Amino acid sequence: MTDLDAFRAETRAWLEANCPPEVRGPMRSEADMIWGGRDAVFATPGHKLWLERMGARGWTAPEWPAEYGGGGLSREEAKVLASELRRLKAQPALNSFGVWMLGPALLAFGTEEQKKRFLPEIVRGEIRWCQGYSEPGAGSDLAAIQTRAEDRGDHWIVNGQKIWTSYADKADWIFCLVRTDPDAPKHLGISFVLFDMRTPGVTTRPITLISGKSPFCETFFDDVRVEKENLVGTLNRGWDVAKHLLAHERTMIGAMGEVAGGRPVGQVALDAVGATEDGRLDEPMLRARIAELEVDQAAFRLAMERVGDQVKAKQAHPAIASMLKYYGSELNKRRHELLMASGGADALEWESERSHGGASARDWLRTKANSIEGGTSEIQLNIIAKHLLQLPGA
Amino acid sequence: MPLILTEEQAMLQEAADGFLADNAPIAHLRSLRDSRDPDGVSRDLWRAFGEMGFAGVIIPEAMGGLGLGAVEAGVIAESLGRTLTPSPFMGSSILSAKLLTDAGSQAQQAWLPRIAAGEAILALAVDEGAKHAPSRIATRAERSGNGFRLNGAKGFVLDGHIADALIVVARAEEGFTLFLVDPKAAGVQVERTVMVDSHNAARVTLTDVAVDADAVIGEVGGGEPVLGATLSLGRACAASTLTGAGDQAFKITLEYLRTRKQFGKLIGEFQALQHRAAHLFTELELTRAATLGALQAIDAGGDEADLAASVAKAKAGRVAELAVQEAVQMHGGVGMTDEFDVGLFMKRVRVLNELLGDAGFHAEQVARRQGF
Repeated sequence: MTDLDAFRAETRAWLEANCPPEVRGPMRSEADMIWGGRDAVFATPGHKLWLERMGARGWTAPEWPAEYGGGGLSREEAKVLASELRRLKAQPALNSFGVWMLGPALLAFGTEEQKKRFLPEIVRGEIRWCQGYSEPGAGSDLAAIQTRAEDRGDHWIVNGQKIWTSYADKADWIFCLVRTDPDAPKHLGISFVLFDMRTPGVTTRPITLISGKSPFCETFFDDVRVEKENLVGTLNRGWDVAKHLLAHERTMIGAMGEVAGGRPVGQVALDAVGATEDGRLDEPMLRARIAELEVDQAAFRLAMERVGDQVKAKQAHPAIASMLKYYGSELNKRRHELLMASGGADALEWESERSHGGASARDWLRTKANSIEGGTSEIQLNIIAKHLLQLPGA
Repeated sequence: MPLILTEEQAMLQEAADGFLADNAPIAHLRSLRDSRDPDGVSRDLWRAFGEMGFAGVIIPEAMGGLGLGAVEAGVIAESLGRTLTPSPFMGSSILSAKLLTDAGSQAQQAWLPRIAAGEAILALAVDEGAKHAPSRIATRAERSGNGFRLNGAKGFVLDGHIADALIVVARAEEGFTLFLVDPKAAGVQVERTVMVDSHNAARVTLTDVAVDADAVIGEVGGGEPVLGATLSLGRACAASTLTGAGDQAFKITLEYLRTRKQFGKLIGEFQALQHRAAHLFTELELTRAATLGALQAIDAGGDEADLAASVAKAKAGRVAELAVQEAVQMHGGVGMTDEFDVGLFMKRVRVLNELLGDAGFHAEQVARRQGF
């Protein structure tokens, strides 16, 4: 038995013993998602237990160093863990912008003190983070941000407005891009800072979207005091941190379809449409479209895995995240279009209990943002053309 | 196993790319085509391929091969896709060698060292109709004396016209059975069919062909699993060749986008073309991952290998098709000329797409395996 086989056996045994029944199988609705935080809300006691157990083991961030609370797993071990979790159809133990975005940026740019302070909390899901990037005038042109941070000696005073701050109303802390040098060229006067959302002067207002409800907020900063020790990276060089983080955000959005872990589209369709005598979905055109989606999803899963291996082997181009973001979000939109087509009239219910408050329809509408948030599909294609294909004038 | 090539596999790739670029670039295909070469492949080149070890890549070392796996076979198959080189690699070194290695008797395995050396060429006759449908074989094998009589008609038999031996899939009373058949035996008729990509296949007609019992490869009625494993390997390697061809067509197109001027601008400056190129790049990366995933799954030998091969063949078929169509369109009028290579890639991809099941066939397999 190789070490990896032994690891698989141990992992399987531990998961069998520790993964509560409530978190096995597809999520019924968004309420099943575990986000953690100071005011954490859990769908069931099993969901709470699941976060506690996985967090204590560092398996909410399996590849982070154990000294910062992570799992300390090798890439190969992390793959084994992921496949064992898939085998159990386990829901994610933690959905976290801290794990997906801030953590990798802190590991790359944070001081030792910042890592020791923030990373273990992120792993255990104790602090819920949100991201303060976009502004009303700075969407796809992110470097155009205007939120100002004025130097007051030992601290800054921050004023401005952010938009599309997902879950800002439920977040404990924010990682935020602010302009610290208004006279510098637009990429060079930006800094990356962290602060508590309970700081006086921070207000949030949810934005209602086409899905009826949404995690998005507008966030306002009115003379918010931010301590200097909460600067990540170099002053006025926050763009480097932002780019690093965006790469992780893009990979994360790209992986959305996978993370969501819903029911296979073919099964949803079988329930609604029925099967022919030989067991095939009794709707040939729909069946063909789902089959093609399944091929693309399988290929995409492997492409994600391959990029991870390339990163590990230092063979990956930094812009490769744009490829995953572009394809993953388009794929996720396709998947939800097919889920709607598969669900038929049942998937159209908006308020009934049976539909879990219109979960299918709301999820479908929500996915339309995938190809806008974190940089539109068009922006990703521009990046691929310029940085990966070196096309002229791109 | 990481989804990237190991150092040894990357070296093999370099060797195969280098060998083919030096000895069999696209000009080689053109010269075979334009001279109406009677074989359609170069025997000298094939022997040199054997000397490099490529022809025996999956054949065990004891049988004169390199004894390597599916990933290595795929690496060579991809190189052949880049240069469009006609060669008996798929028919002889992959499909036939795999069948004989897995199920051949000692006497039958005597072919293996000769396949590895590039001295003998074997061909697999499985398809019958216009579309690949290996579960619907009509060729019959009836018991006769101490052996069998074969009757049926096969098509799309790669390199069948120059094969030293044919492996025929037929239906016996007990089920699918594989036979090693001498193409010169009475009742065997082989007709060379030059395909649209200037590669060779053949139609083979079997009329009361008498074979001995020892012509059976493996067990009578036991052909299905053996053939299944062989087809999966062949499909993953065909996906590799499609990846190589699609990727090369894309590279040629990128170069054109960087140099061709219209309206006083390089056409690569136009966002409409940039976005299509970026999309195609993404699709090719997915294809690469799917193909390598399938080859690794075959080497690992799990239950998922057949499914992975279908995913790879379906993905590679559709994406390579997109790559060659974009190549011709983005080249404009010159893309339509015989002088430019992109048309050759389009023809080759069309044939490879059909080989061992097209994208629709394999999407169907995926749907069935997932139970819908």
